[in-house]
Amino acid sequence: MKRYMTNTQRKAQLRNRTVMISLFLFIVFVFVISMNTGFIKLSPLELFYTLFGFGTSEQALILFEFRLPRIVLSILVGMGLAVSGAILQGITRNALADPGILGINAGAGLMVMLYISFFPSMNNTPIFILPVLAFIGATAAAACIYLLSYKKDEGISPVRLLLTGVAIAAGISSIMIILTLRLSPESYQFVATWLAGSIWGSNWKFVLALLPWIVILIIFVYIKANVLNILNLGDVTAVGLGASIEKERRLLLLAAVGLAGASVSVSGGIGFVGLIGPHLARQLVGARHQILIPTSALVGGLLVLVADTIGRWILQPSEIPAGIIVAIIGAPYFLYLLTRLED
Amino acid sequence: MIVSSHLSVSKQHRPLRAMVILIVGLVGLILAIGLSISLGAANIQLTTVWTAVFHHDPTLTTHQIIWEIRLPRVLGAAMVGACFAVAGALMQGMTRNPLADSGLLGINAGAACMLAICFAFWPSLPYMYLILYAFLGAGVGAFIVYGVGSMSRSGLTPMRLVLAGAAVSALLGALSEGIALYFQIGQDLAFWYAGGVSGTTWMHLKVMAPWLLAAMVGAMFLSRSITLLSLGEEVSIGLGQRTKTIKIIGMLFVLVLAGAAVSVVGAVGFVGLIVPHVARFLVGHDYRWIIPCSIIYGGLLVVLADLAARMIHPPYETPIGALIAVIGVPFFLYLARKGGKEI
Repeated sequence: MKRYMTNTQRKAQLRNRTVMISLFLFIVFVFVISMNTGFIKLSPLELFYTLFGFGTSEQALILFEFRLPRIVLSILVGMGLAVSGAILQGITRNALADPGILGINAGAGLMVMLYISFFPSMNNTPIFILPVLAFIGATAAAACIYLLSYKKDEGISPVRLLLTGVAIAAGISSIMIILTLRLSPESYQFVATWLAGSIWGSNWKFVLALLPWIVILIIFVYIKANVLNILNLGDVTAVGLGASIEKERRLLLLAAVGLAGASVSVSGGIGFVGLIGPHLARQLVGARHQILIPTSALVGGLLVLVADTIGRWILQPSEIPAGIIVAIIGAPYFLYLLTRLED
Repeated sequence: MIVSSHLSVSKQHRPLRAMVILIVGLVGLILAIGLSISLGAANIQLTTVWTAVFHHDPTLTTHQIIWEIRLPRVLGAAMVGACFAVAGALMQGMTRNPLADSGLLGINAGAACMLAICFAFWPSLPYMYLILYAFLGAGVGAFIVYGVGSMSRSGLTPMRLVLAGAAVSALLGALSEGIALYFQIGQDLAFWYAGGVSGTTWMHLKVMAPWLLAAMVGAMFLSRSITLLSLGEEVSIGLGQRTKTIKIIGMLFVLVLAGAAVSVVGAVGFVGLIVPHVARFLVGHDYRWIIPCSIIYGGLLVVLADLAARMIHPPYETPIGALIAVIGVPFFLYLARKGGKEI
């Protein structure tokens, strides 16, 4: 099969490989910079030594217990959100779909916040429950938005879906603000930074809690890539090609909600990653989901990692939440896409 | 023909009914103001409120509490509500957009962002000049949203404008939050992130009042032209209106009203959405009645919201913006579901 590829196909494959490899190298590059960013400087040589176990115990502590888990988490969160956005854009055929804009992140956030305010002693409770709770909240929000934007004879129009999502997100965040008043000052501080979208769980336990969700769901979506391709052609064509649309769509929607919920449970309200990631990926490698999904994941991981690194670097020793930085990049991009959207 | 007969019918019945509604609203507003002054950390009897306001005796502590703390606060709430509501009514009438609201269309966020910049760079700027910057910021926000909206391929639809407004608000909100963190002025900004009138003093009211009076009287003068505009641009031009001039002047009033309100209460949304719709329901489609009705009922809404904000969880104050959003979001969803077409 491969032997008989046309020239253009070969070119596309070469391009895709180059894109993936350069994205990966970019991530490694930012990874190294990010490891070196913070209050205590480590020279590249020290970094290298410490990584392979020859550093002082203090250096090892900083690197392995504080910076490394946080970096890994940023990448995972970015991947989760970007792939979630890619799925949502695929199944709703809506270029502006993003778990943050659609209010799915807000639903997950509300659930996590409720949990934190009722069980403030985070150390005793299993962290593994957080992604599950976030998933429940995200599903509830998604169901609300879906039902509210559905109209009997018109189905779901892209613009109405977004509008409903924006409103639901606003409503949920105002409920969260009202709830925060009942919290103790410490929990309040925590929730405030959480809402702004900060990678707060810089701890290997959080990495372990998040990792299975991201890995399993991304693999699942990757397997379903062909279904996404077909769904993207429109319902009529998809039925013609033998896809049981509603079932597949619901499964994929659940996967998207799961990815977004799990990511949000450790990162807080980071929006726009699910919008930018897939769009940039589509510009780079085209719309085939087999290649689009992994590329989106890489772009998303890179994006959140860069945002988190900038946030830690710009204002030492305190930090600006990654969510703020992503919004400053993402909102103009959303506006640009909005001017090009057809109704 | 149908239009003229409709108008003649409404001419016979509307003024009386509208007058009654205005008077009922005014009585309600005065009662709410009295109630709001008397309830609080120290409950004061309504008769004492009366004597404190009309026979002020500076030696009494209760009179001082009323005069220095509660009265400016409640008057501030009433003024702010009137501002937002009239701004919303003007926008809805001029653009025939049922979803127009200074909060939803990014104008409030623009004013708030400009105020954050002022706090960061000129912390000692007197309020007299601060309010001018708020007008400027409101203008910037409006300019971006309408700019993006009109660059769209399929034009300025109501829903598209709201989406652009949401993105611009997200962007400007993230910028103000970033500025607050960078310059460590979060404390100064906190009260109006959340939205609250607790910081209002006589000085604020004195600076604000002339602007508001000018804008509201101006809005009343414009009201007849706005009624015609709300029937459609062609109708308005056909009847000899200079629509462009009217729109520009009306927009200036909107910016002054929204900017002044934001400089006191913060970026509170939905007042300008809800109140004009209620007013239209009560007094019909004539803006000569809608605008005064919006002034009174807008004031009433925010005074009641402020009262609720203080009563829900004393001694803490629930942010007004969040409370109004809890009513505003379902209202918005209802309007968006109707399709955002008819007004």
